[in-house]
Amino acid sequence: MEAAEKYQDRVESIIDSYNRSPDSLISILQDVQSECNYLPEDAIRHVAKSLGLPLIQVYGVATFFKAFSLTPRGKHTISVCLGTACHVRGAPMVLDELERRLGVKSGETTQDLQFTLESVNCLGACALGPVVVVDDKYYGQMNAGKVKKVLAKYKKSPGQKKHGKIKVTG
Amino acid sequence: MEKLRSPAELKSLQEKFAKKRKSRKRSIAICGGTGCRAFGSEELFNAFKKEITLQGLDDKVDLKFTGCHGFCECGTLVIIRPEEIIYTRVALQDVPEIIAESVVKKNVIERLLYTDPVSGEKVKYEHEIPFYKRQQRLVFGSNGLIDPTSIEDYLAIDGYSALAKVLSGMKPEEVIEEIKKSGLRGRGGGGFSTGRKWESCRNAPSKNGTRYIICNADEGDPGAYMDRSLLEGNPHSVLEGMIIGAYAIGSNEGYVYVRHEYPLTVKNLGIALDKAKGYGLLGEDILGSGFNFDVKISRGGGAFVCGESTALMASLEGKIGEPRPKHIHTVVSGLHGKPTNLNNVETWANVPLIINKGADWYSNIGTEGSKGTKIFSLVGKINNTGLVEVPMGITLREIVYDIGGGIPGGKKFKAVQTGGPSGGCIPESLIDLTVDFDKLAEVGSMMGSGGMIVMDESTCMVDVAKYFVKFLTGESCGKCVPCREGLDRMLDILTDITEGAGKEGDIELLEELGGVIKDTSLCALGGTAPNPVLSTIRYFRDEYEAHIKEQRCPAGVCKALITFTIDEDKCNGCGRCLKNCPQEAISGEKKEPHKIDQDKCIKCGLCRDNCKYDAVIVT
Amino acid sequence: MVELTIDGIKTKVFEGTTVLDAARSMGIVIPTLCHHPGLSPYGACRVCIVEVVRGNRSSLEASCTLPVADGQVILTDSERVKKARKVIIELLISTCPNSKTLQDLAANFGVNEVRFKIKDKNCILCGLCVRYCKEQMQSGGIGFVGRGTSRKVATAFGVTPEECRNCGGCEWICPVCERACTAGNLIDGLCGGCQNLMPVETCTVCVHCSESVGAHGHKVY
Repeated sequence: MEAAEKYQDRVESIIDSYNRSPDSLISILQDVQSECNYLPEDAIRHVAKSLGLPLIQVYGVATFFKAFSLTPRGKHTISVCLGTACHVRGAPMVLDELERRLGVKSGETTQDLQFTLESVNCLGACALGPVVVVDDKYYGQMNAGKVKKVLAKYKKSPGQKKHGKIKVTG
Repeated sequence: MEKLRSPAELKSLQEKFAKKRKSRKRSIAICGGTGCRAFGSEELFNAFKKEITLQGLDDKVDLKFTGCHGFCECGTLVIIRPEEIIYTRVALQDVPEIIAESVVKKNVIERLLYTDPVSGEKVKYEHEIPFYKRQQRLVFGSNGLIDPTSIEDYLAIDGYSALAKVLSGMKPEEVIEEIKKSGLRGRGGGGFSTGRKWESCRNAPSKNGTRYIICNADEGDPGAYMDRSLLEGNPHSVLEGMIIGAYAIGSNEGYVYVRHEYPLTVKNLGIALDKAKGYGLLGEDILGSGFNFDVKISRGGGAFVCGESTALMASLEGKIGEPRPKHIHTVVSGLHGKPTNLNNVETWANVPLIINKGADWYSNIGTEGSKGTKIFSLVGKINNTGLVEVPMGITLREIVYDIGGGIPGGKKFKAVQTGGPSGGCIPESLIDLTVDFDKLAEVGSMMGSGGMIVMDESTCMVDVAKYFVKFLTGESCGKCVPCREGLDRMLDILTDITEGAGKEGDIELLEELGGVIKDTSLCALGGTAPNPVLSTIRYFRDEYEAHIKEQRCPAGVCKALITFTIDEDKCNGCGRCLKNCPQEAISGEKKEPHKIDQDKCIKCGLCRDNCKYDAVIVT
Repeated sequence: MVELTIDGIKTKVFEGTTVLDAARSMGIVIPTLCHHPGLSPYGACRVCIVEVVRGNRSSLEASCTLPVADGQVILTDSERVKKARKVIIELLISTCPNSKTLQDLAANFGVNEVRFKIKDKNCILCGLCVRYCKEQMQSGGIGFVGRGTSRKVATAFGVTPEECRNCGGCEWICPVCERACTAGNLIDGLCGGCQNLMPVETCTVCVHCSESVGAHGHKVY
């Protein structure tokens, strides 16, 4: 059970960094997800136990907020902006094409765990709309025809997924 | 960094940094706003940095990666000072030339200047570009002058002077009076009098004296990114407002709730908090006044409903974002049951301005009921996409045409959506409407947080209504019946209409259901959700009727109701459509008219976009 | 004491009383669904709405969570309340037609048609079971999971937790599963029949047990 223990240590240190405060549940879960790529069942159980919260409350929070995933996420995250500006410029067509080519719906991860497809509400790059972000790279003025090329870039070379941890004070 | 012990010490520090700033003869400001970053401005900044160091110009040139300048359409933006020359659409290969010509020498590179689309002339200075001319960038303007990760920059432009003024002998009640007098109203959408809110919070009883201050940076309206750009580009301006507010209300603990999708904002804010603490502008004994105040950052979890104050506070307590009825206001009982004052990012940023220049000055800007300026994100079918700050009372026409540069492709203006999913659309017939809280509400929309989506003749208003309802069904917390089930059934009806399955009586049913959802929902999410539907029915009923009675989408958007065909007379067989079709649904020999296989066609419109002969017809 | 006016009649009640309780103490009938006197008020079903009049404006509020206030003017049965309540019940039936409680409500308030798509979820998310488990049994067995239309009452990870006492309270308090409408003749989601409020486990034929109100085609309001 070595793996589970290593994992517990990481979760414990995250909880400590928030002074073990149950108020910080959402931030704690976000950091745990950053560490583990998603929220494994054991991690959720551990967080509930350590914070002295009913498991169902933590589970309720983990299933309420879109930021959390209870299933492993893909190597690459594809975010399609569905903000109003991108919508009127044709973003739904781009999403449709991505769903078709990847064989998953928005919010899901491909079977081979290569891609997680999701939609975002506004990336603030409306001048470039419709916008698609893959990991940290922006692809602007997208249309259904450009999807194939963009996907091809990631399908051939397995890119490096950065575990982006942002230091937050307080 | 040493803690400042008095307003006098602050003043001398400000003067020190202002002097340092002036001593560097040349300065280059590169826009680090989200739009420009998407165009690659970070790589551009790095390239400039490298080149400047290589040429040994480090102490002669002040290179800054600043906050958002607002003119996102023409990114990447670079400003050369002190001349204030603005270069647009700058690319990596322009770096050596800019340094050689405009920095070392004082020449202007013509081809990088903005070209006025009407006169064809080149424009040198930011304030002469039509986009900027009509704006009044009182709050947002400083973005272009500072590096958000540097407190020195903020201090150099007299930052924290308002705080010093307040702590140099103003009583908390006097501060509240000043804010009340200014007429400042909440910029997050509610439009409530900020001064009165502060007063209620200060006067609300609290057993152990605890009161909380919150900055709502959960900007959830799709298409709005003003708060992000303000908080990311000039975090100290918001912070200063919060500290002043905390002093006025009697709070020692504050939170900034940033939505999950803004990691860079969290980062920049964290840096700002650290630096402010370092100088004693935050934390204990601020500027030697004896006043203590600290701020923590809290991230959202990806829920639009958490922009609602009670849901936000629930999530700050580690719970799900379920709103509660506001019979007892949050200023009386909010976070942890204590009096809590929540304000939007832009509202906080207006506070230092009011304290510095005075309520009288501020209340001279704007209209009778709406004072000051408002930052809008002007996006959609508009030539000059970007963030604009205008005085209240300006007309929509001026925003869309004078500042926005009109509709691209010479298409016809149809409507402007304001207030996001809580707002409504304003049609062409009302384009001379003056923008202010009350006027927008009168016509069935609202100011909201500042999203302004422009739509043209090729936008289907039924589709827009469906889009907003769909968005909200995904964001509803699910607690109350009218919002959870009502919006879902509204979506059913709208989907049927856009797919040609609309029935006689559907419009009336939408109106009835919308009215009940508005009347009976527990919180403002449900309470305002029907607005986009009701306002599009009010002004574009004919479009709904066309969909229902004729199974026709006049704007040519609703997929189930349109067919793409190629006009054989116009088609010259160039094959561009064939090459670009993602479904390989087009067939045809070279120089022969092409044909679209309707079974394969997904109505993506690429053929029409690529055809140079207008041969693709949409019916 | 707080003085308010309900349906034109002035009454004095203790501060902290809800409008629902104040009205009921006067004998006024206000229907509820997610409310239970032994549990904390929730305000989710919106069936108990009343009209609160302020000058020449008014709003609808859920009376179970609305505290009384001095000088408050309340209308429990205005046209606006009646119309809104009918639509709420219509929405409820469309999401859970197999509940005798809901069918009774429909019959009582003259809901004669359900114009929305029937999407039977067998649950109205009133939260009575969740609150019963948490407040009455001091346990944390079940709770709300997910959000929006995918919100449901469930256990964490679908596993019956240790905390569950097997008390059956969640089942007992449920307005849907304990009191299923077993009339085989739901027409467009409506039974249209009895409003017999005795706790009846099964009700085999609805049409002939009451001829006074609510039978098919009879308008109550």
